[in-house]
Amino acid sequence: MEFTSFLWLTFGVFVTLCTMSFLYKDNPFYKFAEHLVVGVSAGYFVIILWHQGLVPKLFERLEDGDWYYGFLNSSHWEYIIPAILGCLMWARFSKNYSWLSRWPMALYIGISAGLAIPLEMSNKVNKQLHAMMVEIDWANFFGHDGFNLLDVTSGFSQLLIMVGTISAIVYFFFSKEHTGVFGRVATFGIWILMIGFGASFGFTVMARISLFINRLQDTFDWGGVAFDSTNQHYSGMFPGVFWAFTLFVIGYVVYEIVTYLKQRSATTQ
Amino acid sequence: MRRQIPFGLVFIFGIFMVFQFFVPHEKSEWVYEFLLDWIIVIGIFALALGIWSLFKVSVEKIKQGKEGGNYSYITLVGLYMMVAFGFTQQTGEGWGLYFLWIMLCSACIVSLMRLRASTDSGKKRMWALASVGFLVAAVLVAIFDDAWAFFLYTPEGLENSMFEIFFDHIMMPILATMFSLLAFYIASAAYRAFRARNVLASLLLLAALLVMSRFNPVIPGAEYVANASNWLMNVPNLAAQRAIVIGIGLGIVGTALKIILGIERGYMGRG
Repeated sequence: MEFTSFLWLTFGVFVTLCTMSFLYKDNPFYKFAEHLVVGVSAGYFVIILWHQGLVPKLFERLEDGDWYYGFLNSSHWEYIIPAILGCLMWARFSKNYSWLSRWPMALYIGISAGLAIPLEMSNKVNKQLHAMMVEIDWANFFGHDGFNLLDVTSGFSQLLIMVGTISAIVYFFFSKEHTGVFGRVATFGIWILMIGFGASFGFTVMARISLFINRLQDTFDWGGVAFDSTNQHYSGMFPGVFWAFTLFVIGYVVYEIVTYLKQRSATTQ
Repeated sequence: MRRQIPFGLVFIFGIFMVFQFFVPHEKSEWVYEFLLDWIIVIGIFALALGIWSLFKVSVEKIKQGKEGGNYSYITLVGLYMMVAFGFTQQTGEGWGLYFLWIMLCSACIVSLMRLRASTDSGKKRMWALASVGFLVAAVLVAIFDDAWAFFLYTPEGLENSMFEIFFDHIMMPILATMFSLLAFYIASAAYRAFRARNVLASLLLLAALLVMSRFNPVIPGAEYVANASNWLMNVPNLAAQRAIVIGIGLGIVGTALKIILGIERGYMGRG
């Protein structure tokens, strides 16, 4: 690894520790990382949307026209319309003409809403219902290799998925009072939902923990790179940067402890 | 009329898109693709509003002298740098005066922010002169330095090493760390909220514990726990998620219908 790359790696570790410092309390280092990531992320999405959205969807379509005709001699001149509508969005900057921005907004919402109805019915409702309506495997009801209720493809599991889904939907049906058989089905539905919420919670925690482990691994790897003498670009600057950074972090921690002790002694006096 | 025409447009385009889905004709599909491109283009133009709003909020924070207002410089300089990297790329081996150009433009942005934030006319004049000076110097560097160039309509900027470095060593570490920190907060919230008070709470607690311990090799009966957790994720959890997804789908369809028919009008604002 070259020294410049090592410096950027060090900066990555620095911003990681800055962000982690929020676990202690809100502090200037966290604020630095927070404001930096807001700006950099906004810039990143501007560039991605420009190069992967605006250029292929608008500029490439209009490029065979010319400025003199306002691209109206382009073979895809109709793409001037979304460009004009897009510009109308900027009418929000004006107090007198801000109402014009409703036109592109109306088109956007109208098209999106119209698109959502068949697509959501197809993807979220019909496909889920279709996947639920499978033929129950009665021959292997308690598992494929002997009695095994944890077999996810057994008839028992298939039946539980079907009954569980219907029960959970019944729980959300509030037009009928949850009493009698209907109430019992709804109760089973809430059981299934609670298990689902618990599993989703555990899964989310595990995902976050794995991210945390990855950040720690990167931080420890940085230490490994600093002292890797087999690196063909290795020089004394590598451990120099490591120790300087480590001393800086230790210095800040000591400063915080001293400030805390001073505040505490002032409070007790 | 300022409100009626937009509602009419929502109705016409909404109904058209619903029926278009069921017409398998090539012209219908062309219109579908065309309108899909429309909303992408309009959406990207709207991004400029967001960036302007970010600039305005940042300047206001400096102007009002709010605590931590000076961090707004970091936000806007970070934004500018990422955009600048995304539109430029080196043309040869070296970078020439590229980083000087980046610094000059950053100084110009900071001067502009100071200009908008200042209330004193003398200071305003000073910052206006400074921003013009930095801008002229940046333009001169951009004209006479041929070690790098602008690439507005081709994606060379996405391969700019600085763009990749900012993504790999600034954006990803901070975002990943921020998401990982949530583990601590949801764990502490769970410690306070999860109590086995009744059957439902116990089910939630047990399911969460089982899923969290499924990759733990040191607990007794690790294989059984892994199997049980796998079953939990693929059977009861699937049933719950499926019911929720069906509910979400029906909710979206209902809301979309309300919007198309003009029952839901909140999105249009007042005035």
